Amino acid sequence: MTVARSGVDFRTRLQGWLPKLVLSPSVAMVFVFVYGFILFTVYVSFTDSRILPFVGKSGEPAFDLIGLSNYQKLFKLSHWEIALTNMGVFAGLYIVICTVIGLFLAILLDQKIRGEGALRPLYLYPMALSFIVTGTAWKWFLDPGIGVESIIHTWGWETFSFDWIKNRNFAIYTIVMAAVWQTSGFVMAMFLAGLRGIDNEILKAAQIDGASNWNLYRRIIIPQLRPAFLSAFVILAHLAIKTFDLVIAMTGGGPGRATELPATFMYSYTFSRNQMGIGASSAVIMLMTIAAIMVPYLYSELRERK
Amino acid sequence: MAISSQDTAIRTGRITRTFIYLVLTLFALFYMLPLYVMAVNSLKPLSEITGGGMMALPQVWTIEPWLKAWSTAQVGVQATGLKPYFWNSISMVVPAVAISTILGALNGYVLTKWRFKGDTLVFGFMLFACFIPFQIVLIPMAAVLGVLGIAGTTAGLVLVHVVYGIGFTTLYFRNYYAVFPTELIRAAQIDGAHFFQIFWRILLPSSGPIAVVSVIWQFTNIWNDFIFGASFSSGDGAPMTVALNNLVQSSTGVKEYNVHFAGAILAAFPTLLVYIVAGRYFVRGLMAGSVKG
Repeated sequence: MTVARSGVDFRTRLQGWLPKLVLSPSVAMVFVFVYGFILFTVYVSFTDSRILPFVGKSGEPAFDLIGLSNYQKLFKLSHWEIALTNMGVFAGLYIVICTVIGLFLAILLDQKIRGEGALRPLYLYPMALSFIVTGTAWKWFLDPGIGVESIIHTWGWETFSFDWIKNRNFAIYTIVMAAVWQTSGFVMAMFLAGLRGIDNEILKAAQIDGASNWNLYRRIIIPQLRPAFLSAFVILAHLAIKTFDLVIAMTGGGPGRATELPATFMYSYTFSRNQMGIGASSAVIMLMTIAAIMVPYLYSELRERK
Repeated sequence: MAISSQDTAIRTGRITRTFIYLVLTLFALFYMLPLYVMAVNSLKPLSEITGGGMMALPQVWTIEPWLKAWSTAQVGVQATGLKPYFWNSISMVVPAVAISTILGALNGYVLTKWRFKGDTLVFGFMLFACFIPFQIVLIPMAAVLGVLGIAGTTAGLVLVHVVYGIGFTTLYFRNYYAVFPTELIRAAQIDGAHFFQIFWRILLPSSGPIAVVSVIWQFTNIWNDFIFGASFSSGDGAPMTVALNNLVQSSTGVKEYNVHFAGAILAAFPTLLVYIVAGRYFVRGLMAGSVKG
């Protein structure tokens, strides 16, 4: 009897522990590889490390703690300042243009369009492609030697000039163009889902009261899309800060430093310039910016669902 | 959040409707433009591109650029074409997708049906991990892969993609299982079914759609990854995206645009195919990652 009962006890206890046991490898991985690594990078940003490995031949640390001076250096670097300015221009235009195009297309598609089922996938397919692939296509399509400029020349407009991708003052706008092309369809889908969730009865009532289509959208529909606007903003802002591949594929950060962004700055300081301490401090700034946007958003989303 | 058509209250006149169709078509052309440019120029001789004919259909059709991009183009040191890198990507993507999806399913199951104190917080930590800029983990990851002895190997990349993919796969399965009737689980428990039996016999058989979403999303993301591939792979072991970038950026010799375009389509082909076959599931994954946080 006792043997059997303790057997049952053991099995029940095991059953009680099993769920947590199954979850634990994933949790451990996330805590080590995400949060542990974040702390580690923060630590590196307080040191004068230049390259890997962190320990010398006899196991002694190959760096010194230098406090916040990497951050002081970072914000004195004109290179970083350029990367931040470019980020501001890029993120601002990217978020606004994607939102405008996305909302506009969603509203048009919501008018009982024949062929909606064929158009939607066409608008969205860029999201399935690698930025290196689309960056390659845009790089050569915008290249003055063979792309748009040269095409227009052969069509007869000999003086036409379009050299933005090679022009220090305009290159950042070509990155905006390609990035908008890639994600605006996705924003459209987010707004379309929002539009389809709006109660038609309110709209019909407002129509009976004589509201025009324009007023319906301006006063009733668009204000109700607030959650979709918020999601779009959060997603676009975090994508903007993470933009890396597209710049590498299209311009490599150039011409000069005209398209340098924090993500490319971090990469080149860490891996090609052997300034790992500075690279780490720039990564910490990137993370803090994204956290400032994502944490409140995720917090409210998770609370709502409880 | 599904996008389904429904009756709308807005009515539009004939002129407005013509205008709407016109604008929608123009945007469709805009979105198709880069794909068109890649496709037509990968099928023509180089001379037709450099002469300003990028928008024109090929005068002489040729598959030479495709053959060259696949098997003889100079990528890195050797003239191997993109072929070996394509297989590098396949052998990285398949295990990474499988492992992260299985872990995601188990995590989602535990987080919804075996809830414990603080489970939402644990999930919150996993979720935020989806959105970190990967720059923040590059340095320690490079060090750890070196210590583990898998720096520059496919195994190393698989590990990296599993670690940074489980946040999303857990999100999918958690949201999916959250609406699965808990009564069924309780009933099975009373009948004596235990943890894995319940998962295997009750939840898994109805997990088809979300498993497809997870697999497609992971496949697309991992195949398209560039930053991890560029940071943690060595020359011959590079994935397709890194190889394509090396091909396009190489500064030696004549720039063979037609070969670059063919290579770009080769790199896009797997994810594009998945999108064409199962685009609905891809969009579902996309929306779950955004609208529902």
